[in-house]
Amino acid sequence: MSAAPAKPILDEEEARLARARRIDRIGKWAMPALMLIVAVIVWDRIVVINEIPKYILPRPGLVVETLINDFGTLSASAVVTMQITLMALAVAVIGGVGLAVFFAQSRFFEMAFYPFAVILQVTPVVSIAPLIFIYVDNRLVGLLLCAWIVAFFPILSNTTLGLNSTDHNLRDLYRIYGATRWQRLRYLQLPTALPYFLGGLRIAGGLSLIGAVVAEYVAGTGGIGSGLAFRILEAGYRLNIARMFAALLLIAALGVVIFAATSLLSHLLLRKWHESAIKREI
Amino acid sequence: MSPAYPLPIPPLGHRKPLLELGGVDKVFNGSVTALQGMNLKVAQGDFISLLGPSGCGKSTALRLIAGLMRPSSGSITWSGGQAQGDLGVVFQEPTLMPWATVAQNVYLPFRLQGRPFQEVEDRIARALSLVGLENFHKAYPRELSGGMKMRVSIARAMVTEPRLILMDEPFAALDEITRHKLNNDLLDLREKLQCTVIFVTHSVFESVFLSDRIVVMAARPGRVSAELQVDEPYPRSEDFRTSARYAELCHMTSDALHVAMGEHQEAAE
Ligand SMILES: Nc1ncnc2c1ncn2[C@@H]1O[C@H](COP(=O)(O)OP(=O)(O)OP(=O)(O)O)[C@@H](O)[C@H]1O
Ligand SMILES: [Mg+2]
Repeated sequence: MSAAPAKPILDEEEARLARARRIDRIGKWAMPALMLIVAVIVWDRIVVINEIPKYILPRPGLVVETLINDFGTLSASAVVTMQITLMALAVAVIGGVGLAVFFAQSRFFEMAFYPFAVILQVTPVVSIAPLIFIYVDNRLVGLLLCAWIVAFFPILSNTTLGLNSTDHNLRDLYRIYGATRWQRLRYLQLPTALPYFLGGLRIAGGLSLIGAVVAEYVAGTGGIGSGLAFRILEAGYRLNIARMFAALLLIAALGVVIFAATSLLSHLLLRKWHESAIKREI
Repeated sequence: MSPAYPLPIPPLGHRKPLLELGGVDKVFNGSVTALQGMNLKVAQGDFISLLGPSGCGKSTALRLIAGLMRPSSGSITWSGGQAQGDLGVVFQEPTLMPWATVAQNVYLPFRLQGRPFQEVEDRIARALSLVGLENFHKAYPRELSGGMKMRVSIARAMVTEPRLILMDEPFAALDEITRHKLNNDLLDLREKLQCTVIFVTHSVFESVFLSDRIVVMAARPGRVSAELQVDEPYPRSEDFRTSARYAELCHMTSDALHVAMGEHQEAAE
């Protein structure tokens, strides 16, 4: 065999692809940032040109100023909202996965209880929340319950789907090797369900924030320990629109943080083996 | 895989019985007769190929032997009873757990017996080196080629040194070069482990090369139509593949298969 010259050749197509990849990488960050800046400038110009008073639409600069000035109050409220959201998410994970495991153990259990879960899911939480605050005295427990109702269903339904998606041949193999129910769950069904569960978790993270905020609107004034939703209501009564925007900004930031955290968790757990986390080399 | 070199397999007819199917019927949903009156005596050290057209009940026979379902009538008896770890199975797909490394996949039969990994680490390493994957303990299945995944699957089936290994068209999805290589390696393994194999295949050539007994099956209803013996001694090499004797045996087996399929056509008319 004659040795080919060991000169790295970057043909035209490869060079074009490499360039496209480089542009892609920069664009992924630059485009959204650029659009955001443009949107803020347009917002500012609209307010200035139309001479819109600040109690109707504040300029973006004023929103940032308010955020900085009121940061003590607002961040304390953000912590409260975050706490309720995370607790609700934790309870949703425990409840959703626990129920899914029960469902996977017995078809009859699933037949009997799945409809309840669906009804709970399809009924808008805003319409259940007032009832909850009548029956539940503790405000925190009420808020948690509302957020949980919204958040647990995607985890339940995704995990159930995952537990039932085990490879048939693998299930046969486990039977041949005399696996117990517990072994099958632990070594076969739970790992199979993991990607499905993580998909549900990402949805549930966002939903539990929505649940926490909506529940707080319904619960109304709460005095000490009020979350961001309460701050928005309060600022609205005082026509402090800039503060409403500042609180809104914080809620959006919380949502982004939750989404990023669940995405990161998903990536870390799946990167070794799951197709969704593997970058194509070609 | 025991340290003491196992005794060579005695010739056909001098082997100890292992398993017997007596008049086994299997009817699905009370209407589809997958097997009717199937008789088969499996002896220790046999390499049996089940050969037959699609739908003749080969997989059904294997699933019955594996205990994944019960015969509608008839009996399946193990000489000396059946214990956990007596069976190893290889399916058409490698059927590996994608979230587990190669070594963890091979560990599965022991894990389900409740044995800690450290205790069987050596046996896992030996099984993996027997299939030529000693450098892939830590790899994940997605990093392996189709043939390598199949090797992992074979290592998992034999790591417990089972009395019987069932293989359901294990190489059907592989390319011919890989299949030939795996055929040779499988015979090497059998030589080293002296194991008993029931091997389902569609390929006349594969069945003649691998086995010493070929059970030809016919469809509708599924049953044994003929049995052939391949008297060529092991070890068999590439020379056997190109020999006149091999061609002759393939011809005979092919004829027997055509008879089985002809019977089927008559039955359908
Ligand atoms: N679970 C089942 N329920 C109903 N019918 C079945 C079932 N499994 C197999 N059969 C039927 O039994 C017959 C034998 O099937 P089997 O899978 O054993 O054939 P096979 O010889 O393995 O075919 P192939 O070579 O295509 O794999 C077929 O007619 C099939 O349709
Ligand atoms: Mg089959």
